Amino acid sequence: MKIRNAFAIALTVTAAIGATSCAHVMMMVHGKNVPRPAVSEFGIGPRTSATHQFTATLQPDQPLRPRRLQTVRVAITDAAGHPVDDATIQVDGGMPQHGHGLPTRPRVTRALGDGRYEIEGVRFNMGGWWEFKLAIAAPAGSDVITFNLDL
Amino acid sequence: MTCVTKTLMSAALLLVFAITCVAASSGEKWSAEQLSELQGMSLLELDATPADPTNRVANDPLAAALGERLFFDTRLSGNGQVSCATCHDPTREFQDSIPLAKGMGDASRRTMPVAGTVRSPFLFWDGRKDSLWAQALGPLENPVEHGGTRAQYAHVVADAYAREYDELFGALPDLSDVPRVAGPVAVREAALAWGALSNAQRDDVTRVFVNIGKAIAAYERRVEFGASRFDEYVAAVTTGQSAQRLLTEDEIAGLRLFIGRANCTQCHNGPLFTSNEFHNTGVRPRPELPIDHGRLTGATAVLSDEFNCRSRWSDARERCPELEFLVAGEPTLDRAYKVPSLRNVAERAPYMDAGQFATLADVLDHYNRAPAAAVGHSELRPLRLKALELRQLEAFLRTLSGPIVVNDARGTR
Repeated sequence: MKIRNAFAIALTVTAAIGATSCAHVMMMVHGKNVPRPAVSEFGIGPRTSATHQFTATLQPDQPLRPRRLQTVRVAITDAAGHPVDDATIQVDGGMPQHGHGLPTRPRVTRALGDGRYEIEGVRFNMGGWWEFKLAIAAPAGSDVITFNLDL
Repeated sequence: MTCVTKTLMSAALLLVFAITCVAASSGEKWSAEQLSELQGMSLLELDATPADPTNRVANDPLAAALGERLFFDTRLSGNGQVSCATCHDPTREFQDSIPLAKGMGDASRRTMPVAGTVRSPFLFWDGRKDSLWAQALGPLENPVEHGGTRAQYAHVVADAYAREYDELFGALPDLSDVPRVAGPVAVREAALAWGALSNAQRDDVTRVFVNIGKAIAAYERRVEFGASRFDEYVAAVTTGQSAQRLLTEDEIAGLRLFIGRANCTQCHNGPLFTSNEFHNTGVRPRPELPIDHGRLTGATAVLSDEFNCRSRWSDARERCPELEFLVAGEPTLDRAYKVPSLRNVAERAPYMDAGQFATLADVLDHYNRAPAAAVGHSELRPLRLKALELRQLEAFLRTLSGPIVVNDARGTR
């Protein structure tokens, strides 16, 4: 009985080490050891800002794909659900696992009214996990929304 | 169920997971995610040829026919011996197989290939031109390349291509008072002659010069890559046919490394194996040449280029998004160069912006060691690949070779 126990435990431990090492190596060799967020954290929204002041949804003109310049509209509401007009939005982002930012300088080129803004010049130069960050400064307050996109 | 049985079952499950994990990184099987990635690198995924709103005649077959003739015309040079084809030799992948281009003089950069450049937002290693036609005009007045002037070229068109020019662009201007050597170049005689012309004459000559570029561009945009063994392999694997004899085991191992641990697809992605972006990969400048700052210079240059999308010579009526949103003036651009396509890469030694690497093995060794950049910051990290793996990567790169095709208006010729 004791030998069978010991064997079973040894086997489990070995297998566990093997499985974990494999996963760990796979993660490490693809660059920085930054774990991907959970699946539920991905998508074009609605997504809430860091201190819950705003919610935003992205509306890309075409499905997001690497290597092409795209226009992405964003609709922003406040905590009460009202559209947020007169906001200044700074666009930033990058790939945390590859340690680089956006390859272009996208920016809001038009305020469309009703809490909607048009961001032009967005490009993702490769597939994978991208952070797409909007720093929103509105009369009511300032906050940051980070979208996780999978291209 | 006893404690031991439960433990044994967990162990077995974990072992199966571990073995699958290992198995997934070797052999013939591709995961759904990997297969999708391979398909994204195949020519079948290539989008339709993008339009060039800055060039009114880009898709005109007559313009392409004129452009092809101009491409081979050595009269478009200061000594009558240099044409575009001199360095961009169609029998050699539209390049010259030497480290630094030789026209009328010695250039400081490697000749770049032409195929697929219709999809590049920016041209040259440093991206200082934003259209194929603007690019073509650069070498024409560069003293070490064609070494001529735009007045000379306008006269060549008037002498030899008047009818074709008229069909496409309308009547040529009156050049009778325009000297045969005049242009905004460094050569004193030519610059003085250019300065002596009226504004109207300069505009007339520049208009013909621009149209020469647009015709050449109409030809060049049809030069594309044909299918390679890699494309055949992806097609076979996708349709579930036997792909076994299409790529060798070493080539497949190389492909796995390419999309995996070797990190190549960070920049060499998509059907043309390039993101068309600019990156510093720590390639040393040639000590005998002045330091070349790559995209740091190029981004600023394209924004003020005489022939860019915003210029009066551009046919674009809409905004110019590539110029509007590009990154300029940042230190990360210092000695960042355009990512070339890897299609047919094995046919295009030597490699890099000044032909610094003689062989693919030298290139792969560089990426593996990731030495620090002499100027700026290299984005490479050491890969720690073994000698066998580097050879496998090289074997895979060789599978990317295929024909160069020149499309006509109806399809592949």
